[in-house]
Amino acid sequence: MYELKFNEKICEKCKSIDCLMKCQYMDLGLDEAREEWKKLIRGDDSRVLGDCATCYACEEYCPNKNHPFYMIVERQEEKKAWPVPIPLTEQQLLVMRPRGRIKPQKLRAPVVNMCAFPMLQGTIRGKLFEGASTFGGYDVFCNIMWLHFARNSTIRERLPKMIDNIRNNYLKESGVDEFICFHDECYGTYTHLAPAFGIEVPFKPIHLFEYLTRKLDALKKQIRPLNEKVAYQRPCSNRLVPETQHWVDDIFARIGAERVKRQYDRENALCCAGTIQAQQKDELADDVQKRNIDDMAAAGAKYCVFNCPACFFTMKDLVAERGIIPILMSELCHIALGE
Amino acid sequence: MEKIYNELKDIVGAEFVSNQPEELFIYSRDMGTMLPAAPDFVVMPDSTEEVQKIVLLANREGVPVVPMGGGLVLSGLTRALKGGMVMDLKRMNRILEVNETSRYALVEAGTSQGILQAYLKRHHPGLKHSIPDAPPIATVGGNVLIHGSGHLSQIGGFHSEMLNGMEAVLPTGEIVKTGSCSASPYWFSRAPLPDLSGLFIGWAGTTGIVTKLSIKLFPAHPYNDARVFITGDIELIADVLHRLTGTQLTEDITAGVSCIIGRVQIFPMVIINYGADTKEELTWKRNLIRASVKKYIDDKTGGFAPLPPASRADLLKAPNPQPTQVADEKKGGGFEYVGSIMPIELFAGAYNIGVEISKKFGIDNLMAARIIGGHCMMFSYTYTFNRAIDADVDLARNALHETNNAVLKLGGIPWKAEAPAQKEIIKHMDPNTFQLMNRLRSVLDPKGIMNPGNWEVG
Ligand SMILES: Cc1cc2nc3c(=O)[nH]c(=O)nc-3n(C[C@H](O)[C@H](O)[C@H](O)COP(=O)(O)OP(=O)(O)OC[C@H]3O[C@@H](n4cnc5c(N)ncnc54)[C@H](O)[C@@H]3O)c2cc1C
Ligand code: SF4
Ligand code: SF4
Repeated sequence: MYELKFNEKICEKCKSIDCLMKCQYMDLGLDEAREEWKKLIRGDDSRVLGDCATCYACEEYCPNKNHPFYMIVERQEEKKAWPVPIPLTEQQLLVMRPRGRIKPQKLRAPVVNMCAFPMLQGTIRGKLFEGASTFGGYDVFCNIMWLHFARNSTIRERLPKMIDNIRNNYLKESGVDEFICFHDECYGTYTHLAPAFGIEVPFKPIHLFEYLTRKLDALKKQIRPLNEKVAYQRPCSNRLVPETQHWVDDIFARIGAERVKRQYDRENALCCAGTIQAQQKDELADDVQKRNIDDMAAAGAKYCVFNCPACFFTMKDLVAERGIIPILMSELCHIALGE
Repeated sequence: MEKIYNELKDIVGAEFVSNQPEELFIYSRDMGTMLPAAPDFVVMPDSTEEVQKIVLLANREGVPVVPMGGGLVLSGLTRALKGGMVMDLKRMNRILEVNETSRYALVEAGTSQGILQAYLKRHHPGLKHSIPDAPPIATVGGNVLIHGSGHLSQIGGFHSEMLNGMEAVLPTGEIVKTGSCSASPYWFSRAPLPDLSGLFIGWAGTTGIVTKLSIKLFPAHPYNDARVFITGDIELIADVLHRLTGTQLTEDITAGVSCIIGRVQIFPMVIINYGADTKEELTWKRNLIRASVKKYIDDKTGGFAPLPPASRADLLKAPNPQPTQVADEKKGGGFEYVGSIMPIELFAGAYNIGVEISKKFGIDNLMAARIIGGHCMMFSYTYTFNRAIDADVDLARNALHETNNAVLKLGGIPWKAEAPAQKEIIKHMDPNTFQLMNRLRSVLDPKGIMNPGNWEVG
């Protein structure tokens, strides 16, 4: 059930092995990359199992959309090559388990899915979200996070239930068939991961940045351009949906923000390092964070804008220490709207 | 009675003595499960001389004296079990000296933890004392004298081990000094003299009234961090603690695990606090701390949880507000825990006791341990109860009593034990030790006026 759509034959013909060659956390030559990849496909031990930072990026790097990262996670789980200490994973599995407390509720469009971040509901405010209603909590948690823990089985088990929960308790009830994903991870889950695992998605997810772009167009007259330099921290889940990246530029253009040119942006973005810390690789996490923030500072960024709340919480203090203001994208838009 | 009241009034002034029922009611109980026992008077002296005069009066009249600091010991040790007076020392809260170079503070015994902490932050930001997680009104004297522990106990051991010396009023009225201050103007240590401070520590106020004390201070580092180590296997914790303490790099190590009836079991957590003078040093310490438990990280049976900044900030708070919040879990203002001192290797056994008793009584139990030096731990069992519901209080009292006994059987010793638990300890004690205690007490307090009902058989 819910078999991963990964085609070994495509890899056999692949010359570039971009999935591993472009990886920022492993330095492999082409022959070695090919060899390691073959081992993985065969189900043999490979250094990739232990060295993968679970940054999701190879999903973007593979020119053939063959889901290399999902495959790595499959193998990690099969071989019990746990990237994160077992009790940390088990604790998280308990804490983030579905509670079975969801009840049907009528919502009014636009509907925002807060996923595991209902505590950030306060950010759904102002002109951008006028009239919006929200839902969230562990009974509607997208569960994609388990990719970091080598637990595709948990995704297979929990995600379809979450999809049912959303449809049966919120959407059906409200006569709505679409919602805005507050978290990029949800958008990635429903548009990329679910299809890759053959999980049906009976609703239309809208990326938060697409929604913000549209709203900013509607509120155009009220925008006071920021005229500020802004660094963008691209989250891991955005590697699943690189086609949504242009909305960052679109939003910045509308609010008068300059996306600073820097080394670690776009395809070359660095992980916030929260997961690397969970993997107990503190020195690597320090190095990744330092390079990333040095890069933002060198580019003269006044703000560091985040898409993902988890990245925000992991990096906000470090960014602030360097005199750069950490901020969520919607909050940056509020500033431009004078809110 | 009237005569004694009038004499007390002459010593401290009318505002600072009371025999009014509403005040006696308040002083008859604490937040714990011990039954109320009202004093006949409450008196609040302002100086050693006033303490001395009160004690001479009490000695002459054979009136019991119960010394009290914050009254937060929770195990009923400041109740007047045999009537007499509660001597509330909160007015004696002056900070007399801070020695920057030799890092000590000389304070009056009623100085609260909060006052000392605030004073040091303002006037000596490079120094701090080991603060317990008790509410800040708890006194420095009360805490040292019960062998308390706190946020620097990994470095400095029990708070009684951080004591340099003291001034005390004996039950017969003499004022004595212990430690270096008895032979030098400096209050720097208990060595090299015969250690008389022990005559007052752990005695539950039955040997005299401490009026001044000098305690050790420690560097207050500008950079601080906390780490949380998680493992699913309770049997591993003792070794994890052993390894972590072996680094000698941490300020405080606590381990927490709860047993909440009907709720999902959260894994045991070990919280490690450490500080440094530079960021580089902090990172270096982090790496060495991690290296000490590498074995468990490598075999994936344990690891450090990434902490969101808000949780990290909470863990760095001293005192940690969580115990106070836990204390009021069931509302009603009641709180008591069995704190037991035991060797580190008994962690799993201590935990099993807690789970067993929790299940038997159907009562929630929050367990925590603070590691003292690298040598033992204070393992606590907090059974939540609502003080407004008698049945709830009875249940908790019985669970606490059974825990005290189980701890003794395991090889631990109840800390700041309630009077009934003291009797259980005496049963386990070498009879010659108890005899020595009695002999010392009869020399110091021939009339038996000091906090009677404590450390007694029958
Ligand atoms: C939420 C909470 C958290 C706590 N956390 C901690 C902790 O982390 N570490 C810890 O050690 N404790 C802790 N405690 C226990 C206790 O509150 C403290 O140990 C507190 O410091 C005791 O001091 P006190 O001034 O309240 O003592 P009191 O309760 O007033 O007295 C304690 C004993 O000492 C005697 N005594 C007091 N002053 C004198 C004196 N000057 N001369 C002679 N005898 C005296 C009293 O007669 C009594 O027997 C906690 C309590 C609470 C409520
Ligand atoms: S996953 Fe993609 S990039 Fe990697 S070997 Fe296969 S086809 Fe090539
Ligand atoms: S997920 Fe990231 S770290 Fe892992 S192999 Fe792919 S690109 Fe490398």
